[in-house]
Amino acid sequence: MVEFTRKDIEDLLRLIDGSDFDELKLEMGDLKLELRRRGSAPAQGASAKQAFASEPVKGETETKAAASAPATTDAPVIASGGGSEVPAPLLGTFYHAPKPGAEPFIRIGDTITSDTVIGVIEVMKLMNSVSAGVDGVVTEIIAADGQLVEHGQTLIRVQPALP
Amino acid sequence: MTAIKRIFIANRGEIAVRIIRTCRALGIETVLGVSEADRESLGARLATRTVCLGPSPAAESYLKVPTIVHAAIGFGCDAVHPGYGFLSENRALAEACVENGLIFIGPDPENLEAVGDKLTARGHAEAAGVPLIPGASGATVADSDELAAEIGFPMLIKAVAGGGGRGMKRVDRREDLAAQIDLAISEAAAAFGDGRIYVERYVTIGRHVEVQIISDGETVLHAGERDCSVQRRYQKVVEEAPAPRLPHKLRSGLLDAAVRFARHIRYRSLGTVEFLVDVEREEFYFLEMNARIQVEHPVTEATTGLDLVEFQIAIAEGRPLWIGQQDIRTSGHAIECRLNAEDPENNFMPSPGRITQAWFPSLPGLRVDTHMQPGAMIPPFYDSMVAKLIAWGETREEAIEVMRRALKVCQLDGVKTNARLHEAIMNDAEFRRGGVDTAYLAGLLSAVAEGEKSG
Repeated sequence: MVEFTRKDIEDLLRLIDGSDFDELKLEMGDLKLELRRRGSAPAQGASAKQAFASEPVKGETETKAAASAPATTDAPVIASGGGSEVPAPLLGTFYHAPKPGAEPFIRIGDTITSDTVIGVIEVMKLMNSVSAGVDGVVTEIIAADGQLVEHGQTLIRVQPALP
Repeated sequence: MTAIKRIFIANRGEIAVRIIRTCRALGIETVLGVSEADRESLGARLATRTVCLGPSPAAESYLKVPTIVHAAIGFGCDAVHPGYGFLSENRALAEACVENGLIFIGPDPENLEAVGDKLTARGHAEAAGVPLIPGASGATVADSDELAAEIGFPMLIKAVAGGGGRGMKRVDRREDLAAQIDLAISEAAAAFGDGRIYVERYVTIGRHVEVQIISDGETVLHAGERDCSVQRRYQKVVEEAPAPRLPHKLRSGLLDAAVRFARHIRYRSLGTVEFLVDVEREEFYFLEMNARIQVEHPVTEATTGLDLVEFQIAIAEGRPLWIGQQDIRTSGHAIECRLNAEDPENNFMPSPGRITQAWFPSLPGLRVDTHMQPGAMIPPFYDSMVAKLIAWGETREEAIEVMRRALKVCQLDGVKTNARLHEAIMNDAEFRRGGVDTAYLAGLLSAVAEGEKSG
């Protein structure tokens, strides 16, 4: 049986950090490890793999947590509908800017109105612009650039303007 | 051959749960695409990962091909299982899967094309030597003798431009034929501006019998037939395997014809060839082929011991079939009752709502495929089927007895269901005798309604 320690993971992280690779997958015996650089397109549903409770990950618990942590994308925050969170109107890949390297549509602190475009969601190469749907000030950008978002997932938080 | 590791399930309800069951057994991960209404469904809780595709109406979620393909790729799936209904026989999805390196768990686009429209499928059936209902188009009065000899009586005259029962005439006697053709042509011309007519044999007593096909493209196997004659408005209500009281000649004839049809179109996947059995003439005619897993597949599984979803996945992976026809042995009899959330006393109106209690204990011989559990919500957006009870027995009588017990024991509260209708069918002498036709259920329903009025 393969023993995998926290140090091994840290070594691997350093390795991928210093490389040009965005993603690393490792399978040793019963252990499966997927590492992905933050912000890179999720080519593989790492969090899906992580959520698979019955997947046998042997070794100490700490190792398991350490192994899966870097590969996990945050569980989607489902918009509460309270008006301060802007939900994804459709499933797709969320982009902060109209094209790679361009200025983002919005930044934290920006004052926006209901029809301000806050990003685009790509579905099979079709770009759909996303409007804020609310007046106010951007307080937080939740969904990462290039992240696959599901329908209803929170994209940004807004401090709504006083009526 | 590509081993599938993670399947995107583009469906909902009990079939999503059914697919997850086999995936778990095979060690395959599942990503379930749901609509907003199904976020809390049993399938959503059981899948390795669940993702919301869109709002509740199916057109904005379950029917969105680009969204499904994007999600499947984005979550690292290598295959898409479409279930039944929705996009299960949709060429656009099958093609989008091929273009994007995903395995579509179903037949290839060419197969879907071959069976997708009735006319093309009929052409293939004819070429494969599979019997079609005898008929002729463009008939005139001058053809009367020939038609009478080839088609026989009763006969149906249809307006080519008609549809949905409009412009149809039934002719029972030879001496009426010429006059009726004349009349039909002039009526069609007046009503539709198109005087062309189509004549076909009319089946007075018909049964719906279908054959389960398992094919890897080289080896074509059948897993016996299913009788789905208990229908209400063309919706199947009770199905069983094998077909009761079906003459041997008919049974072997339609099993052979189904295999011949699948082989002719080089079909590769699970599929079902449907036939209309003409009881009086002791003949059968090809209706269509369904290129998907069917709702009623469990009765075949119960009598053969096969896991059809496992075969469907293996074939999609490109694995050659590991069994032969001699390995498929049927034993006993199985019956399926579709439990729907609907109100039989109110013209079968759908009855959506919150389930307060769901209890389907295991009984000897009973299998239950359902996504119901206490607290489950039946949304008003989709079909109303909430559970399938599948009873197995050594004999048909035993299977009926298992089903009667199951209907007494099982409980589903919070919505109205058709459970009492199923009890009435299981207790009905005509059904118990076996071999009812497609008009049977309508007759039973009006008899029950009459009985209630007079009683």
